Amino acid sequence: MKPWRNPGFWLPLVIVLVWGAVVLLIHQDTMRETAFILLMAVGLASSLNILLGYTGYVSFGHIVFFGLGGYTGFYLLSEQGWPLFAAAIGGGLLSALIAGLVGLAVLRLRGAYFALATIGINEAARAFVSNFEPFGGPTGMFVNFSAYQKYGGPGEALWITFIFLWVTTMVVLLVSYLVKHSRFGLGLLAIREDEDAAMVMGVKAPKAKTITYIISAFFPGVIGTLYFFKNGNVEPGDAFQLHMSIEMLVMVMLGGMGTVMGPLLGAVGYQWLRGYLLTSPIFKDLHLAVAGAMLLLIILFVPAGVVGWVRNHFRRLQKVLE
Amino acid sequence: MILQVQDVTQRFGGLQALTDVTFDLPEGQILGLIGPNGAGKTTLFNVINGVYSPERGKVIFRGEDVTRMPSYEVARRGLARTHQVVRPLHDLSVRENVMVGACYGREKHSLKEARRLADDALTQVGLIDRADQPSGSLNVAQKKRLEMARALAAKPYLILLDEVLAGLNPSEIAAMMETVRAIRDQGITILMIEHVMQAIMAISDRILVLDYGILIAAGLPEEVANNPQVIEAYLGDPKMTAQLLAE
Amino acid sequence: MLDQLISSLTDGLLLGFVYGVAAMGLTLIWGVMSVINLAHGPVIALGMFGTYLLFTHLGVNPYLAMVPVAGAGLIVGLVIYVIAVHRVINAPHLSSLLATFAVNMIIIGVGTAVFSTSPQNIDYSLGSVEVGFLTFPASRLVGAFGAILVTACLYLFLYFTRPGKAIRAVANNRMASELMGIPSSRVLALSFGLGTMMAAVAGGLIATFFPFTILSGGPYELKSFVICVLGGLGNPLGALVGGLILGGLEGLIPTFMPVSWVPVVEFGLFVLVLLVRPSGLFGAK
Repeated sequence: MKPWRNPGFWLPLVIVLVWGAVVLLIHQDTMRETAFILLMAVGLASSLNILLGYTGYVSFGHIVFFGLGGYTGFYLLSEQGWPLFAAAIGGGLLSALIAGLVGLAVLRLRGAYFALATIGINEAARAFVSNFEPFGGPTGMFVNFSAYQKYGGPGEALWITFIFLWVTTMVVLLVSYLVKHSRFGLGLLAIREDEDAAMVMGVKAPKAKTITYIISAFFPGVIGTLYFFKNGNVEPGDAFQLHMSIEMLVMVMLGGMGTVMGPLLGAVGYQWLRGYLLTSPIFKDLHLAVAGAMLLLIILFVPAGVVGWVRNHFRRLQKVLE
Repeated sequence: MILQVQDVTQRFGGLQALTDVTFDLPEGQILGLIGPNGAGKTTLFNVINGVYSPERGKVIFRGEDVTRMPSYEVARRGLARTHQVVRPLHDLSVRENVMVGACYGREKHSLKEARRLADDALTQVGLIDRADQPSGSLNVAQKKRLEMARALAAKPYLILLDEVLAGLNPSEIAAMMETVRAIRDQGITILMIEHVMQAIMAISDRILVLDYGILIAAGLPEEVANNPQVIEAYLGDPKMTAQLLAE
Repeated sequence: MLDQLISSLTDGLLLGFVYGVAAMGLTLIWGVMSVINLAHGPVIALGMFGTYLLFTHLGVNPYLAMVPVAGAGLIVGLVIYVIAVHRVINAPHLSSLLATFAVNMIIIGVGTAVFSTSPQNIDYSLGSVEVGFLTFPASRLVGAFGAILVTACLYLFLYFTRPGKAIRAVANNRMASELMGIPSSRVLALSFGLGTMMAAVAGGLIATFFPFTILSGGPYELKSFVICVLGGLGNPLGALVGGLILGGLEGLIPTFMPVSWVPVVEFGLFVLVLLVRPSGLFGAK
């Protein structure tokens, strides 16, 4: 079926499209900030899903691409005066490059070994960047205000950054869908189910996995650049947080890995829960504990995530919830 | 000669799995591979299709040396196989399983083409009614057919069938043998491992016998069946063998 | 210069014993049930707090407090196993990874609420020890000794007691063990408990060296990963040796490079070993 005839193709895109449009129309700063965090979560979770959901490879340290790409993009923007679009793409490309170089080696590992290796890569990257003078070493970099001036001042710049993120998120969702429904994606799903059997059938697993890793690394790099530009600074502690990495995993699992809607719902649901807990007087201190408890319940009882569960129990909704 | 196996030797740690296995397979034949359990039959398959690289020896497929090639390269050249312990792609539907075979086999097909080819293969093995079901829901006999459909959809020149009859009841066996004949009639060469003696003796053009990794006999089914060494390999006792032969 | 080098190296090695104990806990769990316990860090932190509380509120000698802390660690492990791990023991790795991580989040969350993130300290000094030209805090020596003691106990347990042998059997082949009549679930729970027990004890020992917060377990968890991979996942002796290697490296490197490069070397080595020799320097399991 042609993609544009499938409601499952449109649903996630339309949701994000309308959401962003509403935020732009109302033009209120706090609403934009909330939407930024949410869209960022959707983008990151969807990127991770391209690797995790389709090949089954669990990247625990995926945040490293957010960090490395973000740092690079920020550097290009702030220190080298590149325009936002070019810098963000540059950040994404650097992450993609690292993924390509590292992926060929690291993707030879399976299961828990691969997961551990990704953690190691993240920590090594963080430690390296902390020592890397051009990137500001342990204190990181502060944005050069002229970068904001280019867009008419910080206020305007933040809106433009938001628009970029909005578009990027839609692109990730689009790519996620197209990969899943392509011949390439079928090969990935075969790898996920039984990598050796897939190879016996002719799937060139090493190449396919590496390409997927590269795709899944590019977008976090772009998103990282946008995030740090918005914040006005970047430092090693913020860029390589293992917790953020795990949150990405939680969002994918919560929503349902291997689907396009899953990471979207999972991201929104998780961020909403997190926000609620942080601001609620009872749960304020316990937000991490409650999130952990929720994750545990999902893993134990609904491992397919919300979208997976719905798809399994309401077969007719499968076309709508991709 | 579609397949030439020369002096293949394979060792796992201290275990000598295969020693100097050599044989030729002409195109269009059905070659049966038999031998007691643990003789190295599946290991031989794994070497032929690239899952293992043998210590010594060569595998030549359609004139090309495929010995050191990874399994996906060998598959792309038109060599498909089924597994002794079936390996369906669980979360994918039956049709999707077969589509993988179609997309990544000898011919590179688009998804649409692959869907069509998959349905053809499924019809051939009699699973078309279950095309949309999750493959994990099939029973053993059906999973074996799924493996065959996957292999067929890849449009191979040669299929390696690993114990497709194991776990089947007599009527299922008869049906499967018909399918195997039909595959051969399509012009596909078949190398099959089997324990169900009557079936494999009846269908094979030639038989190879493997015991402890060594090829102890090769020839027409009747010859092999009366070969004392073969009988001994299965029964394990020379005296009993002599007794049986004398009867 | 050489004095400085040997001094740092010795300090690192002594610390390495304790790191090794922590890593042993992790590697034991991995070896028996192929689960990577991502709640390892918080349990270490709980060990730190356990010792601290016993010392500060009950006046118990921190080293004697190791015994109840070990017991508490064992119980915590049993509870974690029963609640979080048991159901997903046969599921794909991702499930157990996330389940134990969920426990991590829960412990940290509750811990932060109860203890806040202000650093704590165990004010118990044994003074310094002089060996030749070397001077180091006696706590290091006692800590290392404690670590060796715990390792010896673990070995005695695994090789000379019935439950210990059952654990080794299950680690070797779970299905066969079940067929032999070994109650594998109970054995798995026990193994998990032993693993967390060692983490807790290690935490208690570390608490006598440095100030800590509820979040302090994290870096030690990461070190444990590195050590386990170095020594071979599932190999307890390998973990101890791995701990010494890591401790030694941490002691040596600052003499040649700024301290901030230590993590780069650590994790670089980690990834390298995973790629080149995933079974570790001493062989897995």
